[in-house]
Amino acid sequence: MIRLSRLHKSYITGSNRLHVLKGIDLFIDSGELVSVVGSSGSGKSTLLNVIGILDSYDDGEYYLGNNLIQGLTEKRSAWYRNQMIGFVFQSFNLISFKNAMENVALPLYYQNIPRKKRNRIALEYLEKMGLLDWAEHLPSELSGGQKQRVAIARALVTNPKIILADEPTGALDTQTSYEVMSLFKEINEEGITVIIVTHEKDISERTKRIIHLTDGIIEKEYTTKLKVNYV
Amino acid sequence: MFDLDAWQEIFSTMRKNLLRTILTGFSVSWGIFMLIILLGSGRGLENAAKSSFNRGAVNSLWVFPGSTSMSYKGMKPGRELQFHDRDYEETKRKNDEIEHITSRFTIVFNTILSYKNKTAEYEIQSARETDMFVEQMEILEGRFINIRDIEKSRKVAVISPIVRDYFFGEEDPMGKYIIANGIAFKVVGIFKDASERNHYRIYIPTTTAQNLYNGRNNVSYLGLTIKPMSVQGARDFEDKLRTQFAERHKFNPEDSRAMFINNNWEYYNQMLNIFLGIKIFIWIIGILSIIAAIVGVINIMLITVKERTKEIGVRKAIGATPGSVIRMVIFESLIITSFFGYLGLFFGTAIIELVSNLIPPNEMFNRPEVSLPTAIGATLLLIAFGTLAGYFPARNAANIKPIEALHDE
Ligand SMILES: Nc1ncnc2c1ncn2[C@@H]1O[C@H](COP(=O)(O)OP(=O)(O)O)[C@@H](O)[C@H]1O
Ligand SMILES: [Mg+2]
Repeated sequence: MIRLSRLHKSYITGSNRLHVLKGIDLFIDSGELVSVVGSSGSGKSTLLNVIGILDSYDDGEYYLGNNLIQGLTEKRSAWYRNQMIGFVFQSFNLISFKNAMENVALPLYYQNIPRKKRNRIALEYLEKMGLLDWAEHLPSELSGGQKQRVAIARALVTNPKIILADEPTGALDTQTSYEVMSLFKEINEEGITVIIVTHEKDISERTKRIIHLTDGIIEKEYTTKLKVNYV
Repeated sequence: MFDLDAWQEIFSTMRKNLLRTILTGFSVSWGIFMLIILLGSGRGLENAAKSSFNRGAVNSLWVFPGSTSMSYKGMKPGRELQFHDRDYEETKRKNDEIEHITSRFTIVFNTILSYKNKTAEYEIQSARETDMFVEQMEILEGRFINIRDIEKSRKVAVISPIVRDYFFGEEDPMGKYIIANGIAFKVVGIFKDASERNHYRIYIPTTTAQNLYNGRNNVSYLGLTIKPMSVQGARDFEDKLRTQFAERHKFNPEDSRAMFINNNWEYYNQMLNIFLGIKIFIWIIGILSIIAAIVGVINIMLITVKERTKEIGVRKAIGATPGSVIRMVIFESLIITSFFGYLGLFFGTAIIELVSNLIPPNEMFNRPEVSLPTAIGATLLLIAFGTLAGYFPARNAANIKPIEALHDE
């Protein structure tokens, strides 16, 4: 599904060049539930952004499925993001003046799906998240956990191959965090590849494979024996 | 992609910044409103000036005798000129530039008219059959003076609606006799002049006037219309006429007081130029004020885009193409400018219509109006400016990088 080889990425700020990803070799198969861990500044978000085609890389190769992701036009990148990938962010990034249903339906708007149909699909996903009663509510009227579930519904609504989540539990309390993680597990069980960036050990332990990033290189990785009953 | 969804997307975002949108939009409304008011008023002035142009047809020249101010071939200055039928005939014969020509004999005394027991003083003007064209007249009833009237010096009269109403009221005036100075004139027609000021008169044949009022073959002045030509051509023609008259009446062609020519073609073109100038001036002022409004819109849109950086970043992360972002911003700008511009257009036109109905036409101001081409022009201007106003903010929006927009922390 995802194949990175000798991938390098630097940020240039003024005259400084910050080498963030220093040769990443990584293969993630479809249907995996992976977490990327590491200390702050180690390059986790950068890696996730490259995988999500939100950012470019300098050297090496990145294959998404069979497609080499390199030098894409903005339009093409937008298409990949829309069709293949769903994003979940730490700060939810819901659109404040749209209600829960409209937020969930928005990716479908960019697929030119008619309004009625996309709202119907959005409601289905909200129902899966247990938020049907909150469909008409604005994000400001929802709790943190509810917001993140709306964001997850939005990530899922286009039926993507991959879900990318950057610190999805960073703004949530422990109990809610675990609920969100079990959601991701359910999603993964439906066959969707899920990659979660986190710096919390207990969160990463709820994934099947942990990739440990240190200063821009994969220092180590290991598979966990995912416990069956958590929450 | 100009579907309901696109609109709903835009309206939901506009609602968010309603007050700011309205304040900006108001300046657009105001700009268009002022442009329309100015253009409408300009038209009112122009109409007034044109309808008070009561010197006959716009391509008419009027030739009057004066008195010499220069000595010439032994003759002292101060000699008064008198035109004759010969001047009329030779001018007509010698000048191809002339379309229609008339000679008039002015009746100065005893212009009291009567019919039955009614009396009133009106102007008795003499005319030839060509006066129809030299003045700008149409016939409402009957006929105008014709060549036979001239040849036979018939005692006929063509009267204005005002004269008809006064003397005849509901009665049919045709074939009735109006008495002037003891002489009966048979009413043969009713004329209408483009200038209402010429309605306080009746016309009788020039030859009749000459005969009855001791004119012999004297002519008071000539009127003529020229074929289509440039203003300079008309000036040259004026000089040509002057030379011909100078030869017949033996005065220095340079003597500007010996005869006078009112060149209406020249006046008319000057007037058109003045109003063209006013119109250009108004458009410049109008466009400048609209540009000021548009700069306001650009500013607001730039701020809006900046404030919505995060939102636009999110949209891009979930699949918005640069094109869709550009469309979103440009449509928004277009909607603000079109909607509020249209309000300005509407109220400006409404006020002009109101004024047009409330203020009776007068010498200064007459039928102010907003023409269809003006309204269409203003609308196109709005659309062009609206798109322009959206362009820069839209480009900014399209350049937003999702990773930068989505920075947590
Ligand atoms: N857009 C950027 N421009 C410049 N430097 C950046 C940018 N994004 C991240 N960095 C830097 O790159 C390094 C890695 O950042 P990041 O991938 O966000 O780390 P993590 O998510 O592991 O905390 C940090 O030192 C950060 O300051
Ligand atoms: Mg990070």
